[in-house]
Amino acid sequence: MFIGAIDCEPLQLRRAGLENSQSLDVYRKNGGYEAIKKVLDGMSPDDVIGEVKKSALRGRGGAGFPTGMKWSFVPKDSPKPKYVVCNADESEPGTFKDRYLMERDPHMLIEGMLIAAYALGARTNYIYTRGEYRYLIEIMDRALAEAREAGLLGEKILGSKFSCDIYTHTGAGAYICGEETALLSSLEGLRGHPRMKPPFPAVSGLYQSPTVVNNVETLTAVPDIIKMGGEAYQKLGTEKSGGTKLWSVSGHVNRPGVFELPMGYDDMEKFIMEDCQGIANGRQLKAVIPGGSSVYIMPAGDVIGKDVRMDYEGLVAAGSMVGSGGFIVMDDTVDVFESTKNLIEFYKHESCGWCTPCREGTDWLVKIFRRIANGEGRPEDAQLILDLCDNIEGKSFCPLGDAAAWPIQSAIKKFPEDFKKHLLPLTQGEAVTV
Amino acid sequence: MSQQFTPNNPLPQEAKVPGEIAVFSPEVEAEIDRHLAKYPVKRSAILPLMFIVQRERGGYLDPLGVAYLADRLGVRITDIWEVATFYSMINTEPVGKYHIQICKTLSCKIMGEPKITEHVCSRLGIRPGETTPDGRFTVSLVECLGSCGTAPMFQLGFDYHENLTTEKVDEILDRCERDEYVFQHGRKDEL
Repeated sequence: MFIGAIDCEPLQLRRAGLENSQSLDVYRKNGGYEAIKKVLDGMSPDDVIGEVKKSALRGRGGAGFPTGMKWSFVPKDSPKPKYVVCNADESEPGTFKDRYLMERDPHMLIEGMLIAAYALGARTNYIYTRGEYRYLIEIMDRALAEAREAGLLGEKILGSKFSCDIYTHTGAGAYICGEETALLSSLEGLRGHPRMKPPFPAVSGLYQSPTVVNNVETLTAVPDIIKMGGEAYQKLGTEKSGGTKLWSVSGHVNRPGVFELPMGYDDMEKFIMEDCQGIANGRQLKAVIPGGSSVYIMPAGDVIGKDVRMDYEGLVAAGSMVGSGGFIVMDDTVDVFESTKNLIEFYKHESCGWCTPCREGTDWLVKIFRRIANGEGRPEDAQLILDLCDNIEGKSFCPLGDAAAWPIQSAIKKFPEDFKKHLLPLTQGEAVTV
Repeated sequence: MSQQFTPNNPLPQEAKVPGEIAVFSPEVEAEIDRHLAKYPVKRSAILPLMFIVQRERGGYLDPLGVAYLADRLGVRITDIWEVATFYSMINTEPVGKYHIQICKTLSCKIMGEPKITEHVCSRLGIRPGETTPDGRFTVSLVECLGSCGTAPMFQLGFDYHENLTTEKVDEILDRCERDEYVFQHGRKDEL
């Protein structure tokens, strides 16, 4: 599997290929812990937030919310303790970038969290890692112990007045805990149900205290932003989407992997055909899901010859989203009805049960998809599915419902033939409205 | 749904656990103490502690283990069940020593998961969700494990086995059958 940067100097993956890249020694020899030193040597918390704002860094977990703005929502005058929580509950199908960031460069995450904790005045901080990534928790625990030993964690870090601790925490197999309020419920020892917003976690999060929840890739971008300055980081990408972005590529390409691209990389077709070395086994491209399973599916016709720009605005213009950067490529052997059924089974399994539209809606969708797969499709099924999606989208308590509806809606719209063929034979050629 | 539990809204103190509870070695107790020390609120340690109890009680939360957790965390037995039944990695029934969890989500599906599942199941003579009659192997189909670029894959215990072929599967299962498989992760006391 390929791990590296294309069309830019590697930032997040700078050390990923080095021998012993997990060690403090290698991290320090390659620019590590210089950013926290710079911060402690004379930057105020507001200076740090200002640089992150200038960087145009947007949350890399999927929602793309501007990170500097998220940080600035934390009330400075609150007497309560503040918390930085790293969201390492990477579970979006097609996404595996955080895994390699933590596996190859755990100290980069620690440094990013230290800087965030300094900016927000947080003393105690957690890395919430999905339970299946146990080996990463072991890696992080070793790195944290090393950092503590070296005076980079704990009391009076590097001789400054700043004290900070970071602990690992394990999830236990629940996709919903990637949603930040559900994650906080889980971290408090409850079922992973999402919470009403507002109040936002920045005001009332973990233990009802001001909390910032950031994705791994977001936090690991912070040391470079501090070192090179927010403006320089932003210029690596576009005006509204600063810096570089990791794309986890899977499916029918000759070279899957984790690719670091500058935001605004100019052509998705080139990315698939050259950087990922084209479609495997000499087949044709059929579809791309560019940002993890929750985003709109793109047919080959929307990619080939379309110069799709790979950043937040470019992908929206092309009819999809950056999401988590989980880039799933499918060749012409794939039946989009089948691939969509696979995803709705996922969402049904992961729906937390808290709100009715999502719990019941995903359940009924699965029943209908299974019935169709059993050869009992009815001509009205496509419309029935779309009606169900319409009753989930925008009506569920948290974005999981939207995430379940979008792939289905776009699949029916973009690949009507793949649905028709499951509905038509049994209905003697009756017209199907899709 | 229980009330929202927060430091300002603690659970009633009379939550005393009746009956017998599981007993653990001093080493395990020390491991549990290390987890409890991470949090200002004890209940936050519920998931890490469940993994430990599950490991020590033969792979699942048995009633004595659940009672232990309730006692140690100062919550009710029902609070433990409430959480345990939410998370797919917390077992409330026995599973085999060799728990094979095959990822069935999209990237794995299109990269050969059905063939792997078919091979594992026919070799063990069970269907997904079942345990072999001798209780040693369990096969589950699970959702995305973040190994999409190295699909197809399964997790055995906490170990990732990626880019699977039927030959690789046979080699791993051979080792399990001879009891020569050494778990790489999650079996030691550090979490």
